[in-house]
Amino acid sequence: MSELILARLQFGTTTIFHFSFVPMSIGLVFFVALMETLYVVKKQEVYLKMAKFWGHLFLINFAVGVVTGIIQEFQFGMNWSEYSRFVGDVFGAPLAIEALLAFFMESTFIGLWIFGWKKLSPKVHLACIWLVAIGTMLSALWILAANSFMQEPVGFVIQNRRAEMNDFFALLTNPQLLVEYPHVIFGALATGAFFIAGVSAFKIRKNLQVDIFKKSFNIALIIGLISGLGISISGHTQAQHLMETQPMKMAASEGLWEDSEDPAAWSAFAIIEEETQRNTFELNIPYALSFLAYSKFEGNVPGMNTLQAEYEATYGEGNYIPPVNATFWSFRIMVGAGGLMILLSAVGLFLTYRKKLETSKFYLHTMVWLIAFPFVANTAGWVMTEIGRQPWTVFGLMTTSAAVSPNVSTQALLFSLIAFTLVYAILAIVLVYLFLREIRKGVVYSTAEDPQVSIDPFNKGAYR
Amino acid sequence: MELSELWFILVAVLFIGFFFLEGFDFGVGMATRTLARNDIERRMLVNTIGPFWDANEVWLLTAGGAIFAAFPHWYATMFSGYYIPLVIVLLALIGRGVAFEFRGKEKAQQWKNSWDWVIFIGSVLPPFLFGVLFTSILRGMPIDANMNIYAGFTDYVNVYSVIGGITVTLLCYLHGLMFVTLKTVGELRERGRKQGQKIIYAVLASLLLFVGLSYFETDLFTVRAGVTIPLIGLIVFAYSSVIILLAKKRDALSFTMSGLGIMMTVGLLFVALFPRVMISSITSANDLTVYSAASGDYSLKVMTIVAVTLLPFVIGYQIWSYYVFRKRVNGKDMIY
Repeated sequence: MSELILARLQFGTTTIFHFSFVPMSIGLVFFVALMETLYVVKKQEVYLKMAKFWGHLFLINFAVGVVTGIIQEFQFGMNWSEYSRFVGDVFGAPLAIEALLAFFMESTFIGLWIFGWKKLSPKVHLACIWLVAIGTMLSALWILAANSFMQEPVGFVIQNRRAEMNDFFALLTNPQLLVEYPHVIFGALATGAFFIAGVSAFKIRKNLQVDIFKKSFNIALIIGLISGLGISISGHTQAQHLMETQPMKMAASEGLWEDSEDPAAWSAFAIIEEETQRNTFELNIPYALSFLAYSKFEGNVPGMNTLQAEYEATYGEGNYIPPVNATFWSFRIMVGAGGLMILLSAVGLFLTYRKKLETSKFYLHTMVWLIAFPFVANTAGWVMTEIGRQPWTVFGLMTTSAAVSPNVSTQALLFSLIAFTLVYAILAIVLVYLFLREIRKGVVYSTAEDPQVSIDPFNKGAYR
Repeated sequence: MELSELWFILVAVLFIGFFFLEGFDFGVGMATRTLARNDIERRMLVNTIGPFWDANEVWLLTAGGAIFAAFPHWYATMFSGYYIPLVIVLLALIGRGVAFEFRGKEKAQQWKNSWDWVIFIGSVLPPFLFGVLFTSILRGMPIDANMNIYAGFTDYVNVYSVIGGITVTLLCYLHGLMFVTLKTVGELRERGRKQGQKIIYAVLASLLLFVGLSYFETDLFTVRAGVTIPLIGLIVFAYSSVIILLAKKRDALSFTMSGLGIMMTVGLLFVALFPRVMISSITSANDLTVYSAASGDYSLKVMTIVAVTLLPFVIGYQIWSYYVFRKRVNGKDMIY
């Protein structure tokens, strides 16, 4: 196998693994902060219990997210040194700011939150968890500012044979960032929300601590529904932006070889033969692609062959068509999972409203399985974004094959790929094991069972 | 002063901060095997660094990010050139990080023991490998005209770099023991001090050996001798004073001196390097310098404004967290 393939495989594995924990952390810590806020405001014990129970799960998840994030930051230099040389002037800044602004904040205040129950006043303690929550969202902002540059390079000039920053503000107001950031944040909130809803559904179905878990379930579903709608609106905006900036990715995600009719139909399903560049079967929904691309029921969408010719004229000879099947299907998986999330959260809220939730065993059972869907959607979304951008690593500026480190050998890559993958596998197993254990334990009531409760300032008349 | 020079100093400060802070929590990680005699003591040790280790590690991440942003060529050359050592550092830091969180989650002794071993190994390997890395950088690596390192095994691992690795590991270990004497009570504290009284001699011996070898392997004594030689004197003085301070049971002062020692040692490296950031063993024409490796002026200006604005807050709330958890760990109310 070539160095390029191994390096890409490792980047993909690491990023997908890392990004399983990141959205979950963002979503869970937001919920925990919300619960602790309700506790401090309403002074009801139940919210404290909820904050602590979900907080335990958050911490396990957060630990894995943090350590895999270290690889994320190192691997640009390790595996993509040519890329780092070429874009470091622009791309390095958001990463450095992410560390300085977000990582320090998260890591310091998470320490204060975990160890500070007894040492800080309730309000200061609450402020700590909010600072962690804000830190996670700031972290996402900066890393997405960096990623947006790869999708849509702005704020730079080419000089000294590299991209050099000439407008920092343009990086921050990159139109791509403005559509990508809300999409990712809503996705993260949904990931946390459906995890909480799923675990709660499991508990409700087993008739365990129903009062607490029904509360968790309902709050999570409200967050889930709002986020679900936010995801689809921001996603739709992103699709329209894609038409302007990366039409090739759009065409690939539609399996569209030739220019579409006007109005354009959307293929819900297609059998795509990439070798012969044709689709042997399509299941089309009329008007839908025009709406996706332009928010109106007219307008045609350029196909890959047209764009290929255009790109060859602009960038010189080469193959500018990304892997079509991967892009096409990841898009559909993402949209399908997202749609199901919106539908089922609406159903859940309806059932709660009709007071039928506890008896709807099938629905509760489904919600447990739905925990996986945001993870699938997040992964599919990134696969579409990153694979759909190929052959570019920075759109229009640098190809992926030119970005790889020339001096890292196949053996070294094989070693790291195998070692990291093994470690990820072990971490995943341990994490699931610990999750199941904590969930089975449920919310702890007696102080003897949980050492953390015995050092709780909230029980000692802090409000008298 | 040019901005690229300022950023060289900032990167140095970040590494100095990293080794001062994470230095003691690496040391405490080592002490979980060498100092603690039972599970309760191990737990106490882990809890002395519980609230801090994560933020301490961010100093390394920020140093990495700062190199990327301010010196893209340095970042690219160093990180790709030290691929395997950095993979091992990453594996160690991953294991160590989750082990802190996971160790207390299960009562079974085997579970705890396994994670404690991960903490130990994860605390020994990074300082050792960083020692090897920085020593070999100072010695020079085969950097070609395209700024790429194509190195063989002995470029990374040789007597000099191994001594460098051992020295850094020992500095961290001593620093960790000093931290233990500050943060624990009773027998553990006493033992930490006693262990320190032995280790200090090993620290001094390996430091002197390292400095001696540097005379042959590097230009430490010829480049900027007016600064490096007095600095070496101060480092030796700081560690020698630890011998007396430990005998007098002046824990806070011995921690300070060991901290100053570690900071000056890292500082020494950067003083000797400047203005180079990577030294080529092929020809000095291939050296990377702060000028040839740096980002453009605009980028550096932006980064300077950001860093100057944010760093005071970061240092402020980190100090505050040390203030909040200023009490010694006494075996009660432990979280990890």
